[in-house]
Amino acid sequence: MIDLTVNGFDVQVPDGSTILEAALAAEIKIPTLCKHPDLPPTGACGICVVKVEGYPDLVRACSTPVQQGMKVETHDPEIVSVRRTLLEMILSTHPNECLTCGRHGACELQELAKDFGIREEKMPSIRRELPRDDSTGCITLDPRKCIKCGRCLEMCQQQQDVWALSFMERGLDTRIAPAGDITLAESPCVHCGQCSAHCPVGAILEYDQTEAVWDALRDPSRHCVAQIAPSVRVSLGEAFGYESGANLAGQLYHALRRMGFDTVFDTNFGADVTIMEEASELAERIRSAPEKLPLITTCCPSWVDFMEKFHADMIEHFSTCKSPHAILGTLTKTYYAEKEGIDPESIFMVSVMPCTAKKYEITREKSMYASGEQDVDISLTTREITRMIRQTGIALENLNCLELPDSPLGEYSGAGVIFGVSGGVMESALRSTHFFLTGEDPPELEFQPLRGLEGIKEMTVDLGGHNLRVAVAHGLGHVEKVLERVRVAKEKGDPMPYDFIEVMACPGGCIGGGGQSWNVCNTVRNQRAAGLIKEDRVQDVRTSYASPWIQKLYKDFLGAPLSPKAKELLHTSYRSRPEYLR
Amino acid sequence: MPTPLHSEAREEERERQAGFACRVFCCAGTACLSAEGEAVWESLIDARATHGLKDKVDLVRTGCMGLCSKGPLVRVEMADVAPCLYGPVSAMFARLIMTEHVAPALARGDEFIRPEFLASQALPSDLAFFAQQKRVVLSRIDRADPERITDALAHGAYVALAGALEKQPQALIDELQASGLRGRGGGGYPTGQKWANAAGTEADRRFVICNGDEGDPGAYVDRSILEGDPHAVLEGMLLSGYAVGASHGYVYVRAEYELAVRRVRCAIEQAREQGLLGDAVMGSDFAFDCKVFTAAGAFVCGEETALIASIEGQRGTPRPRPPYPSECGLWGCPTVISNVETLANVPRIIEQSAAWFRSIGTADSPGTKVFSMAGRARLAGLVEVPMGTKLSTVVDSLGGGTKTGRPVRAVQIGGLSGGLVPAEQLDTTLSYEAMSELGSIVGSGGMIVLDDNDDLLDLARFFLQYAVEESCGRCAACRIGTHQLLNLATKIREEGATDDDLVLAERLSETMQATSLCGLGKAAPRTLMSFLRNWSDLVPRKETSTGGDA
Repeated sequence: MIDLTVNGFDVQVPDGSTILEAALAAEIKIPTLCKHPDLPPTGACGICVVKVEGYPDLVRACSTPVQQGMKVETHDPEIVSVRRTLLEMILSTHPNECLTCGRHGACELQELAKDFGIREEKMPSIRRELPRDDSTGCITLDPRKCIKCGRCLEMCQQQQDVWALSFMERGLDTRIAPAGDITLAESPCVHCGQCSAHCPVGAILEYDQTEAVWDALRDPSRHCVAQIAPSVRVSLGEAFGYESGANLAGQLYHALRRMGFDTVFDTNFGADVTIMEEASELAERIRSAPEKLPLITTCCPSWVDFMEKFHADMIEHFSTCKSPHAILGTLTKTYYAEKEGIDPESIFMVSVMPCTAKKYEITREKSMYASGEQDVDISLTTREITRMIRQTGIALENLNCLELPDSPLGEYSGAGVIFGVSGGVMESALRSTHFFLTGEDPPELEFQPLRGLEGIKEMTVDLGGHNLRVAVAHGLGHVEKVLERVRVAKEKGDPMPYDFIEVMACPGGCIGGGGQSWNVCNTVRNQRAAGLIKEDRVQDVRTSYASPWIQKLYKDFLGAPLSPKAKELLHTSYRSRPEYLR
Repeated sequence: MPTPLHSEAREEERERQAGFACRVFCCAGTACLSAEGEAVWESLIDARATHGLKDKVDLVRTGCMGLCSKGPLVRVEMADVAPCLYGPVSAMFARLIMTEHVAPALARGDEFIRPEFLASQALPSDLAFFAQQKRVVLSRIDRADPERITDALAHGAYVALAGALEKQPQALIDELQASGLRGRGGGGYPTGQKWANAAGTEADRRFVICNGDEGDPGAYVDRSILEGDPHAVLEGMLLSGYAVGASHGYVYVRAEYELAVRRVRCAIEQAREQGLLGDAVMGSDFAFDCKVFTAAGAFVCGEETALIASIEGQRGTPRPRPPYPSECGLWGCPTVISNVETLANVPRIIEQSAAWFRSIGTADSPGTKVFSMAGRARLAGLVEVPMGTKLSTVVDSLGGGTKTGRPVRAVQIGGLSGGLVPAEQLDTTLSYEAMSELGSIVGSGGMIVLDDNDDLLDLARFFLQYAVEESCGRCAACRIGTHQLLNLATKIREEGATDDDLVLAERLSETMQATSLCGLGKAAPRTLMSFLRNWSDLVPRKETSTGGDA
């Protein structure tokens, strides 16, 4: 431990802490625009400068490690004045378009400008006009608003290893763009949206489609159906003053109905179906095609995109099962439409997701039209639905309600709930695979080593005599390492290191998704994960195969897992895109 | 410690020169080459052939001879006759030197009397410009052919290395720490301390980097050393490598320094052939090799962390320090990164001792410093003086005052990172401590003499424009501040300054100094601010329509 004083207060922090962290331990908040708790410091903004006794120059609190006996001054009038000037400098390059900005009210720069009481522009404007990039239909890149903090690049390059974004040019002309000045859609971007989740301002946002949803809701000829992803329920509340992890599923069903949705389903049902198919695939490979192991999960559309671009040699290991929201879309426009006698063409399916990549997934491949229509018409992020709720005038802050989703595609097991967190798909699949292999209920439902935020989690699971080596990876940078092990084993002809691998592109899984509420960090991720795990534990049914609604679906409609009809409606295919190989 | 390699080289050089009764040295530094130097060289070769003196006259191309404002320079040396330095020499005049000086002098020996018309272009032998220099780093730059390693060896290159390889690496670190050598690139950090830090950091691999990304307007010290004595730099790198346990080095040179790049490559090749680089340096079990990395042309890559990023193939922008490169540098390994002039000092210290080095200069700034003096100086060029020399000595005695005859108004020192020293403060000594008191720095050695006709505001705008173009854009203060200050300076030029303008300039400057990530942004306001603060009577003011005391 290191002892130091911050503004005269004695503080003790672990060795290796930064001044920024030490100050927080003394309840002193040093402002910053570039340092994000998830990321190493880029040192770009300089707002966090502080004085350290004995140092000739001011130092950055974000990147300077504490030393024994250090005396730090964080907020004297000189420092405050320097910060104000720096802020004015940044504002002289930033468009003053707060009222029409997607970050209005949640912008880190706006917050600081507010705190510093900046009332006039004392420096002439030196803004640069640059075009917006909406090409992906998932995220909107507005480089004019960028303050060059470098968070998105750190995320895109170092953490996700995608390298879609980079800095172009230099000096005042520095801007973020895909290298070579191509569009984002042409770039290696996998639409994970982590850039938008980490951007301090409105330079990278989710591509807003709320208006199109309102248009559909206004149209009396449309039968509007909503589905909500597992992880949205535990993050939505943050924008309304709830603690992270508070489960607001009931409030969200209510809000969706108030907006005018005719039917409200839950993606958790789709997750149960995914497990039925995927666990059957796994059981089948274990029994009769072990050479096709490991099986790799494919619920995450960013991961699918990433794999097609950079790891297409893994296609044979991919589960062909579609993701839960895609499955729910298909079943709504087939099973549900048929049951209720609704013309599938009139159904407008909106999925509420933690994810920007789902916007890409819904038109990804012909299997996304398995119902004959586009199975999911629009996919909204948590941030978009938050705005729609506010527009609907629902005071979610104080709304205590326990509304339930509609039947049957809103009924789900605990296994469907934990899909939203890293390790959850694996846990749910292991529960059902045990049953498919042995015909017996699994003795254990929870697999602790697969939980938590460690980038790569591994364990060996005994499924009725089959020793399964499994790995869970989240954050694409970590995924690469797991794949490399598989690839090396293949090349050497060694036994495979794993039988089953779960992958989620975003750190922490969907609870840390690129479309989630802002201000994510590991504390928030843990709280959101706890919210899902808690709901799993209170469910009467915690395995997908035991869910009576799933059993009814297969009995009445699909036949059996992996039946021709299930394959036709619930499975997809992948293609190699070697043009992206690097 | 001279080795058989050195005796052989000396023997080879002696044999080479045995038949020559006269040696004519022709400066092949960039300044002279850019002033018809190539034609002068060809003319000398041609004239020598015409007179059939190929066996009697040795023509040697050397590094920068120093007095660049009189270039191209040619020096004639022969036994029994005082050496004579000519400049500026045209191609035609070069022929005359051969015809009217060399040929007749060889024929008549000590009866030779130089014709009057030649004397007009001969430079006085007791010129203060040379007499008052103390040449440590530049000791063989004007004598040895940089493209012939035997010449360098005969002049003592790699003697220090031979001695060092007999000692423990720690002894070298101790010696360098005792010498008090400080980085000549601008920062002034003790080089021995860098060595100790790098050697003391656990690692499988370590690196040595020579920072030759000199980019300050007006500075060409490092360029001249790389062009004129590349072996001094390589030897410095070898010694650094041996001391800290590195086996690879990079010489990072600006791509625009074509001649320097060529000469360093040539030196590396020849050093490999002689076994001075490679798996067994001088037959020892010390392995060291190095290669040239040509920089992509960004001023900011002279900043050490940006330079490292650039070698790694990343965008050349600085990163926050700590960690310092000596702990976590190239590819995450401990890396000693030193400026060219610093490295050229290292062999001298190791060969002659820390105590000898400390006998030159001041207590806090031992040794010498090379400056490239330019601007209005009557005699301009490369000068090496002991640290602690008064600035006025350099400007008035070595430089001979201004060529315009007008009084000196200021000296811009330290390039972009430095500032303006007013004429009244020319008694300040050139040392890290005295310069920092003035709010300037010794810097990389740029020195621009300005007279009272020079417009300091325009000079400040020039430096700001340069900073605007070279700012990497990584940190807000430099990216935006350089622009805002340039706009402000231009506004002051065009409309005159208001009180608000001056307040804003102070605020911008303070903020850039406090929050820029690297030295570029911290220092960019210095020249403008030293003008605004020291010459308030020269700052154009905006006429206020309401009058003074509203």
